[in-house]
Amino acid sequence: MSHVFLYALLGVGLFVLGLYALIVHAHLLRKILAINVMGTGVFLVLVALAGRNQDTLPDPVPHAMVITGIVVAVSATALALILMLKVNGATGKNELPDRDRD
Amino acid sequence: MTANGQTGKTFRLLLVLLLTVMAVGLGYAVLELHSSAGGLSKQVATNLEASGVSNPVTAVLLNFRGYDTLLEMAVLLVALIGVWSLGGIPDYRESSPGPVLDTLSRLLVPMLILVAGYLLWVGTHAPGGAFQAGSVLGAAGVLLLLSGWRLEKIFAGLPLRVILILGLGAFVTAGGGFLLIGNVFMEYPSALAGELILMVEAAATLSIGVTLAALFLGGRPEAGLDK
Repeated sequence: MSHVFLYALLGVGLFVLGLYALIVHAHLLRKILAINVMGTGVFLVLVALAGRNQDTLPDPVPHAMVITGIVVAVSATALALILMLKVNGATGKNELPDRDRD
Repeated sequence: MTANGQTGKTFRLLLVLLLTVMAVGLGYAVLELHSSAGGLSKQVATNLEASGVSNPVTAVLLNFRGYDTLLEMAVLLVALIGVWSLGGIPDYRESSPGPVLDTLSRLLVPMLILVAGYLLWVGTHAPGGAFQAGSVLGAAGVLLLLSGWRLEKIFAGLPLRVILILGLGAFVTAGGGFLLIGNVFMEYPSALAGELILMVEAAATLSIGVTLAALFLGGRPEAGLDK
């Protein structure tokens, strides 16, 4: 097995780890961080699998998609952080209100 | 919370179980892929000559899959509009930078601008390009903002907005301009493609850098003499 698949499996691991944190934590900042970890896992899978051919250059298309994705992820995170601050300003809490519990 | 402790624990256990199943499934799917797949690298390599640049990633980003990049610029702009329309960070307190950060930003910002220019130029034939250069430029902007620098009020109105839409505007102009001579949208004539890509990339770098820095600021900079 080549090292490419090790990186790809690491990406899968990051994705699942991020998904776990996204579900378990109620704090919105943690949720935003978890989504970023998930995205990083996806990027890692894409970049790793682009280099599957040992004898040729890596496939440039997934690389281009990842570059685009990183910038989109950063801007989406900025928007999410502002929304989080707005939720904090409106409710005084860093969590979304839970209707069953309150 | 203590009453829910037991159900919380079983819920967590179930979640870990489900996620393990998911991880095993995804890992199996990844490992099942053929270890040598052509992908699209062959198509890219055969058409690289016509794209105007010799770095395959830049060719894909700005020529073969230009739509992705165009819409990605639009996403950046929309995210910034979203952030601005939410009215900025409530009760944001400015803190004065220490002498270390102050000196560091003075030293680093010119270097970062140089690196951004280099990355932009090198992107045509080696790893680099508009996004990398734009990110470095954005980092320089963030550093400046952290050290207490704010945009002059005369530049915070129209000039800032012009720079923000410059990348998208250049892209649409370059993509749509050749509609007039009968090409399809985003199809560059290969004789001009190299120069066009560099031009679009330069505009995109500026826009990406300024947008990222503006996103970091979190709100619309105050414009004083907005005409």
